[in-house]
Amino acid sequence: MTSLAFENVSVQYDGRTAVHGFTDTIKPGEWLCIIGPNGAGKSSLLRAITGVTPHGGRILVDGSPLTARSSRRRAQLIAYVPQSPVLPSGMTGAEYVLLGRNPFVTHFGHESALDHSMVNDVISRLDLADLAQRDVDTLSGGERQRLVIARAIAQEAPILLLDEPTSALDIGHQQQALELVDKLRREHGLTVVSAMHDLTLAGIYSDRLALMHAGHRVAHGPAEDVLRAETLGEFYGVSVRVHREDDGTIVVVPNRTALR
Amino acid sequence: MSSPITAIQSTVHGASRWLIPASVVALLLAVLGGVMIGPAGPAWWRVPLELLNRLPLISIDSGMTSMEWAIIWQIRAPRVVLAAIVGSTLSIAGASYQGVFRNPLVDPYLLGVAAGAGLGATIVITVNRSGSSDWIIDPLPLAAFLGGLLAVLATYLVGSSVKNDRSSISLVLAGVAVTSLATAMQTFLLQRNSDVVRQVYSWILGRLSTATWGDVRLVIPYVLVSTVALLMHRRLLDVLRVGDEEATALGVDVSRVRLIVVISATLGTAAVVAVSGLIGFVGIIVPHAIRLVVGSSYRIVLPMSLLLGAVFLIVADIPGRILDNPAETPIGVVTAFLGAPFFLLILRTRQTQR
Repeated sequence: MTSLAFENVSVQYDGRTAVHGFTDTIKPGEWLCIIGPNGAGKSSLLRAITGVTPHGGRILVDGSPLTARSSRRRAQLIAYVPQSPVLPSGMTGAEYVLLGRNPFVTHFGHESALDHSMVNDVISRLDLADLAQRDVDTLSGGERQRLVIARAIAQEAPILLLDEPTSALDIGHQQQALELVDKLRREHGLTVVSAMHDLTLAGIYSDRLALMHAGHRVAHGPAEDVLRAETLGEFYGVSVRVHREDDGTIVVVPNRTALR
Repeated sequence: MSSPITAIQSTVHGASRWLIPASVVALLLAVLGGVMIGPAGPAWWRVPLELLNRLPLISIDSGMTSMEWAIIWQIRAPRVVLAAIVGSTLSIAGASYQGVFRNPLVDPYLLGVAAGAGLGATIVITVNRSGSSDWIIDPLPLAAFLGGLLAVLATYLVGSSVKNDRSSISLVLAGVAVTSLATAMQTFLLQRNSDVVRQVYSWILGRLSTATWGDVRLVIPYVLVSTVALLMHRRLLDVLRVGDEEATALGVDVSRVRLIVVISATLGTAAVVAVSGLIGFVGIIVPHAIRLVVGSSYRIVLPMSLLLGAVFLIVADIPGRILDNPAETPIGVVTAFLGAPFFLLILRTRQTQR
């Protein structure tokens, strides 16, 4: 299992700072969920971890800085499910999952029989055999999402990043996708960092929440500490009620304020 | 239902099992047709007999005179071989450009290689209008080659100087700017030297008619390096199909791959443009047609472009020789005439299949 630490991490675009001095340590096997309003810097932080965006400060994987590694080595450690993944038209489901093996293939090389059997294995474990030979263009949103997660799993990276993994899915597929991640996390000891909008789901599935606002981490801890009506009101500018169920689940319900 | 692993292999490897050999056969037939057909020379059926005769251990009397054999070997053969080289290079370069820029409509002239080569050729034709041969080597292909490379270099320097650009858009725009600049300079030169307009025009429209073995020897090294380098990147071009960001997250050094592919494709394109002029359409039509038939995986599109690009240009070069004999219809005109309807036909049949 692998730990992920942030030391004073900042991300800038064209002189505008999207993330200010983010510091946190994610324990091996932990699921951290980053929440916060649109534009708070959640995606920027995830993109910095993948190396898509340059960052200031240090991001450490098992104690050594990410920037010291090649992009290939980094991809062996970190798998990324983007907010709106590109599924190239004309590619079959199996070919798409095979892309996840790229970090293990040399620049001029080709996938080995081992890579192919890995993909085969992931596809059958995630119950995606029906999608393997279909053009990804013909798939539904839920099917596409499962395929993207399968690609990330085929990457065999100990750290899994998910950017809004459920925002395009209905409630059934949301649960299905998150259950899948949770199951894989337990089976493989994955360290998971996700950005999520649905606060109730974020509280249910993660071990810990980090609330970001205007690039700063303004609150963090277990769901019952972060998901408070006054905290959410302050940073989201919303009026909500927060219920605590008997099993400890925190439920966030928006208040209808007008015409009541 | 077959297992997923065979699904991958059937789309990537299984399809190529018969497509590649079939394309090789098509190429051999095209080469044979190319050396058999022409306005002058021996009866067409004597050619295959004579070719067999030239093989070791076989002796057939084709009744061909040594004069006729010279037409075959010194005029038609280099022309066919050059057409094959130019067609395959433009096609594989086009397919690769389309891959790194993730745009199926770009052609190998995107970053200014054609305009640069045109300017280089125009300068040489203008300066050297008497056609004097006191040069050690023919300056025309050299100037076109260097002009093409310099134009792409300028595009790259301008395009990559844009800060914080996370896409290839500034590179493409720089290509547009460099192309316009080179074309403007060329127009200016032509206006001042209107007596060479015809000469420059015939270069621009593409020429295979004057091909010699010397031309073939001239381009072979560049074309080989370019083709091998591009073929070696066919898997990475497939990874790039998910976009720069996700490819980066999958461990691809995107800007490095793009640079290598652009350099390789440009080297090959500049070399063939230098000896054949600007033959349009090939770099878009051939990869496109292949994609419509075999799908869009670069693992199969690149090798197929190499083979069928050669077939396409050999075949396209045949009508030009006989149509308005003894004049030659420029090859660039023929490719456009053949290419556009061919493309429409494929698009139509593809639609009715669905």
